[in-house]
Amino acid sequence: MELDALALARSQFAANISFHILFPSINIALAWVLLFFKLRYLRTGRQAWMDAYGFWVKIFALSFALGVVSGVTMSFQFGTNWPGYMQTVGNIAGPLLAYEILTAFFLEAGFLGIMLFGRPRVSERVHTFATLLVAFGNSLSAFWIIALNSWMQTPAGFVMKDGRAHVTDWLQVIFNPSMPYRLSHMLLASGLTVAFLVAGLSAYRQLKADRSAGNAVALKTGVWLAALLIPLQILAGDAHGLNTMEHQPAKLAAIEGVWHTERGAPLLLFALPNAATQSNDYALGIPRLASLIIKHDPDGEIRGLNEFAQHPPVAKVFWSFRVMVGVGGLMLLTAWFSAWQLRRNKATAQLDRRLLCWLVGMTFAGWVATLAGWYVTEIGRQPWLVTGVLTTAQAAGQATTGMVAGSLLTYLALYAGLLLAYVSVLFHLAKKAAGHVAVTLKEVQA
Amino acid sequence: MNAAYWLPVIFAGLMGLAMLVYVVLDGFDLGVGLLLPLADDAGKDRMVASIGPFWDANETWLVLGAGLLLVAFPMAHGVVFGALYVPVLLMLVGLILRGVAFDFRVKARDPHRPWWNAIFALGSLLAALAQGVMLGRYLTGFAEGVLPWLFALLVGAGLTAAYALLGACWLIMKTDGRLQAQAIGWARHSVAGAALAVLLVSGVTPLVNPAIAAKWFALPQLFLLLPLPLGTVALFALQLIILPRLARRQAVGNDRYCWLPFAATVGIVLLAFWGLAYSVFPQVVIGRMDIWQAASDPEALWIILWGALLVLPCIIAYTAFAYRVFWGKADSLSYQ
Repeated sequence: MELDALALARSQFAANISFHILFPSINIALAWVLLFFKLRYLRTGRQAWMDAYGFWVKIFALSFALGVVSGVTMSFQFGTNWPGYMQTVGNIAGPLLAYEILTAFFLEAGFLGIMLFGRPRVSERVHTFATLLVAFGNSLSAFWIIALNSWMQTPAGFVMKDGRAHVTDWLQVIFNPSMPYRLSHMLLASGLTVAFLVAGLSAYRQLKADRSAGNAVALKTGVWLAALLIPLQILAGDAHGLNTMEHQPAKLAAIEGVWHTERGAPLLLFALPNAATQSNDYALGIPRLASLIIKHDPDGEIRGLNEFAQHPPVAKVFWSFRVMVGVGGLMLLTAWFSAWQLRRNKATAQLDRRLLCWLVGMTFAGWVATLAGWYVTEIGRQPWLVTGVLTTAQAAGQATTGMVAGSLLTYLALYAGLLLAYVSVLFHLAKKAAGHVAVTLKEVQA
Repeated sequence: MNAAYWLPVIFAGLMGLAMLVYVVLDGFDLGVGLLLPLADDAGKDRMVASIGPFWDANETWLVLGAGLLLVAFPMAHGVVFGALYVPVLLMLVGLILRGVAFDFRVKARDPHRPWWNAIFALGSLLAALAQGVMLGRYLTGFAEGVLPWLFALLVGAGLTAAYALLGACWLIMKTDGRLQAQAIGWARHSVAGAALAVLLVSGVTPLVNPAIAAKWFALPQLFLLLPLPLGTVALFALQLIILPRLARRQAVGNDRYCWLPFAATVGIVLLAFWGLAYSVFPQVVIGRMDIWQAASDPEALWIILWGALLVLPCIIAYTAFAYRVFWGKADSLSYQ
């Protein structure tokens, strides 16, 4: 690929959106987890739940700040780098983005202050309500953005007149064919990201000799949330795959590495898709399994890339999908094994040291899977920006290569620095909390 | 009068409102960021605490303003942000840095805290300067050359001074004791800078832009417009009178009228904003494009308008509620 302004603009957008998605994928579900902690506290009166809230609300505040500032960047990039986008589909994207800002963004930002700092100043009920509204606002935000993204994947409810899209039915635009699948897949991904983050950091605290009840309930919440959500995610992913086969067959062919239409296609575990020879090198697969999974019939026919005049770059989609599924498999084993261990050691609520280390290692597994999943979705749509309506190249702007390259480097340096700071502060907070508990225990014993 | 005529007018008004609210609200928290290096450690913590519950929501108004430009005037959005590529990038870098430094500084290890403080101040400065430069570039219709750029830098410095004034007056209102005394001093310094900036910008804008000069200096309008500059002068004079008095009263523990400098500054911002809005309207890219040429289709604007009419009152209500909750002097922030 040549490094022209288009390629650079795409890389820049990819960098921004990849950085941005990391934080909503935490915030969406973490807000609900915080509400859960708060409600448990109100119900049981146990301080442990409020301690868990107190620790995780700090991480929420930090993630929220990163989500906001990277989101502001995103909103500016629509215009600076992709002017053709709004000119062609502005009648659809405009109202959806406006509704996201008006109904969701303001709501979460407006009540965040009360949620974070308001507890000494408002009643317990108002504080809980603020937490609920922040959680609701976050999810509503996801609803609008996913509706727009899904519409770009599987457009519906509009007609083209003079090169511009005009809405004929808003319900069809919002609830377009892939929207319910994409939304549930993303919400579950957020739940899993948070489950592993909570489990991982709590495991780290336990490794640092943190025996506090607040950390124990958080660890338990993380592990059980992961164990419950992962089967749901497998079901949602399967349904999403069936939907992709129906509406975006070229993407599906790239995911499975099917170059030529075939019956009884194998599930490829490893392969190096080769665009030059239109085949897979070093392919290792399980016969008929792809047909069985996708068609629910071992002899089902899968349409190959040869049937499409334009199709996405195969290797990137193929491998992103395998990373997503592979990490998902690890998540399944980890979550169920940990849940089983927790049940066995109910009395102590402690886990084996090796398992704790493993959980720490899996802290950011959700990020990896979510990013890989988004790459499948977004690269899989290429060369279209809006399927069948607008190509990515048509939407690109006039910015010169130098300007785009300069800003790309600025963003990359900034994001690398921030990511490092974010992760180290997370572990620093966990260590500090653990240290604090250890000191108080010593005081009590003395 | 049909929808295609007045829908763009309404949206220009909404966009203007969002930008105005942004300048006042994020103006004071950017200003507090600018002043941060001047305070001692306890003062710094208190300054950050005074804006902690608000800054996220304040920044949302920028997203709304830029978002409305994008969705209601897409043709202008491409031109404006294409021409402002570099200052927009710098502003975003500034906003990112200060937004995260704000949160990191309370959570990082102690030795890292001075670094995050510095990044917070630097990010605030970068964002304020870049926003002023954007305004300056916009007012000359993105004219190239040394003079227009010099003008843009001037506006950048002017807006920074205005934000510092807003921030200092906010602190006068929200703090007490030593920090409040310091804030009165900072306000007295920045009021001169802000006044000079307003004077220069209002003097130079008609010079660099003949179309704006023609609008201001035609005869019947001139008399109708006179309240704007006169009101501004009066408010600056008020600041010069009350700030020294507040300092004397504060020294003996009298805190009455601590809100007055902030109110006066907001008044100045309002008047300056009206002046600018009058100069620019109904153009959206000066000398090139008016709001009707840049507007989206009425069908999309209708959909957004219904939502905005329904939701904006709620937003204003709960924003007011949030300010009500944190009314009075800022105490140190603690989560939960």
